[in-house]
Amino acid sequence: MILNQFLLLAAVLFCIGVYGVLARRNGVLVLMSVELILNAVNINLIAFGAFHDTVAGQVFALFVIAVAAAEVGVGLAIVLLIYRNRRSVDLTEINMMKG
Amino acid sequence: MLENAWVIPALPIVSFVIILAFGKRLPKGGAWVGVAAVALAFGLSVVAVGQWISTPATLEVAVQHGSEGEGQTTEADDPAHGPAEGEHDLIREPVRREVTWFSNGPIDIKVGTHIDGLAVAMLFVVTTIAFAVHVFSTNYMADDPRITHYFAALSLFTAGMLVMVTASTTLLLLFGWEAMGLCSFMLIGHWWEKKENSSAALKAFFTTRTGDIGLLVGISILFFAADQTFDIAALNEAALTGGISKGVLTVGAIALFCGVIGKSAQFPLHTWLPDAMAGPTPVSALIHAATMVVAGVYLVARVYGVFWEGFNIAAGGVNLGAVIGGVTILIAALLAFVQTDIKRVLAYSTVSQLGYMVMALCVGAWTAGVFHLFTHAMFKGLLFLGSGSVSHAVHTFDMREMGGLRKVMPTTYKTFLIGSIALAGLPPLAGFWSKDEILTGASAGGYPIMFWMGVIGAGMTAAYMTRCVWLTFFGEYRGHGHPHESPRAITVPLIALAGLAVVAGFLNAPGVGLFGDWTNNAVTLTAGVEHHAFSPFIAVTSTLVAIAGIGLAALWYARNFGPHGITSRNAAARAGYTFLLNRYYLDHLYTDGIVGSIKGPIARAAYWINQNVIDGIVNGVGIVARRLGNFTYDVLDQGMVDGAINASASAAGAGGGFLRTTQTGRVQQYAAILFAATAIFAVVLIVVTI
Repeated sequence: MILNQFLLLAAVLFCIGVYGVLARRNGVLVLMSVELILNAVNINLIAFGAFHDTVAGQVFALFVIAVAAAEVGVGLAIVLLIYRNRRSVDLTEINMMKG
Repeated sequence: MLENAWVIPALPIVSFVIILAFGKRLPKGGAWVGVAAVALAFGLSVVAVGQWISTPATLEVAVQHGSEGEGQTTEADDPAHGPAEGEHDLIREPVRREVTWFSNGPIDIKVGTHIDGLAVAMLFVVTTIAFAVHVFSTNYMADDPRITHYFAALSLFTAGMLVMVTASTTLLLLFGWEAMGLCSFMLIGHWWEKKENSSAALKAFFTTRTGDIGLLVGISILFFAADQTFDIAALNEAALTGGISKGVLTVGAIALFCGVIGKSAQFPLHTWLPDAMAGPTPVSALIHAATMVVAGVYLVARVYGVFWEGFNIAAGGVNLGAVIGGVTILIAALLAFVQTDIKRVLAYSTVSQLGYMVMALCVGAWTAGVFHLFTHAMFKGLLFLGSGSVSHAVHTFDMREMGGLRKVMPTTYKTFLIGSIALAGLPPLAGFWSKDEILTGASAGGYPIMFWMGVIGAGMTAAYMTRCVWLTFFGEYRGHGHPHESPRAITVPLIALAGLAVVAGFLNAPGVGLFGDWTNNAVTLTAGVEHHAFSPFIAVTSTLVAIAGIGLAALWYARNFGPHGITSRNAAARAGYTFLLNRYYLDHLYTDGIVGSIKGPIARAAYWINQNVIDGIVNGVGIVARRLGNFTYDVLDQGMVDGAINASASAAGAGGGFLRTTQTGRVQQYAAILFAATAIFAVVLIVVTI
């Protein structure tokens, strides 16, 4: 089994996700980028699980998917509320937590 | 009973506590508790007397000079003690029982009972008079609002006296002595609402305290001189066998004698006793005639070894104690002539009789002094209770408002007359025998001056008692209202005491000598106190002098014979009369002369010390404290503590200010830092693991 291809794919996906999180200004897109990062991790988990011939990787991946679903639910609700209040989801404008 | 003699003083202590705690709720203010306790103590004392008398005399004591008169002497075969005389006498062994009160280093301070003939005699005297007085008081004080307080103090007093006479150490003796002083103060001032009563109480207390200082000093001196023991028997032995040097003994005896002068109202501290008559009459009978005032006499008799050697009594001639006693006899008897208050006559008579006792002990007539104490308690207690009975009827103590009472108060009259004759020293009543013994002792012991003082005193005693009896019971009634005989609670103690006043003297009459035998003890034997045989010449002389006194007084008052009114005609006589009326100006000397002249300088000195020394110290302490406070505030508090706190606070503020700049509020910047940190940690992890 060839592990490297999976790892490379995951690394590419992760980097794309990180770029999306850091560079995009739209909150929804940032959430989507987070999903990319998580899925990159999922690929890694499954790949290593298959490589070591164990189901632990898949089990962890299932947990991550469940947590990601919850996370994106909460995140989207927050973005929706921000949009309702400000008519915008531009993250650069949301700096109320400035110390 | 002799082993467990501590029970006798314990009984009135218990009754004192009960009366004090529950008296107000008991019927008659708890009076019957006191009477019951004293009755029981009296019964136990009688048992103790019986046991003491029935104890065989088994203890051999070497006699130093031999003894004549009564006392069994046996052949001696022990050459260790006094080989020249080589005589022994058998005495009853004292019953001792002691417990350690507390220990201080190697010294055990003990308390306990030392029961010998003297203690047993005193137990009998004290409980007898106390019993009579308690019964008398249940009627006399029945309507008093503070009857509970009265009986509590009376119980405590009885306890104090009983503790004192049974004490085996000078420390315990002092304890009882002071307890009596306190109760005397409380009871003299029982009716303290009147200023003069509370003043009299204070006067009695302060005057006796003046002497008590000497007592304290004396006990301390003897404690160290006798190898650090308070034990009276050891003290006597050390004094008599040369264990204590003569000089120390003299100082110790003089110091102790100061206490005797105060407590037993000897010249010049006798002034408190007549004023002490402000208290209720039963108190006067118990405390100021029969018991407490003889505490000083008892002290001399108890630590006789110290006085014997310290005053050099065996030498004869004069010594401090004998002179004080003799002077007291005469000056007090003189004062008794000018009193109009019946209790004051009796008070001065008591002072005078106490002078006899002290003089007797200090001329070497130990048995006579103790015996006079014994008989005097009986007839003087009787006379005081009689005067109380009289005042119960006529509501005054002023003899100018009495007279003719013999018809309306026959019982009181008869008993009072018996007491007066006993006091005057006519045979065969109690006073005759004891007074005769004192005169014999003074004459044979080599004290001629004291002998004549005693004889003159005997005549004066007879004369002033005749005056007192005449003014009270004879002539026409000069008061108001209708006097009546007192109830039985008052007359029964009178009759009982009158009986004792008649028979008590025979205990030590010539040929009987029981009292001398019972009180025979190691101290007087070791000292070589001599017993002098009955002298018919002295007996006749003193009787004739007494009869002459009675006759002169009777002529003066009954037949109106003699230079009446001389005090208003003759300047010298008037001056003498005024001198006596003012009690030799001793009270003026004390209050104005001594106290008055001392209290000003003392007050000024105290003020000066207060202003300069004490205020200086206080101010100095204040200044130092203030400086210390300033230093603490400026340096420690403001500088160090606050500095540390401010520094940590500003450090936290600066740190917060710096960290604040990282909180931009831009989510993506946070994310960037997060990823960067993760990347760095990853690199570090790789580097470390490789």
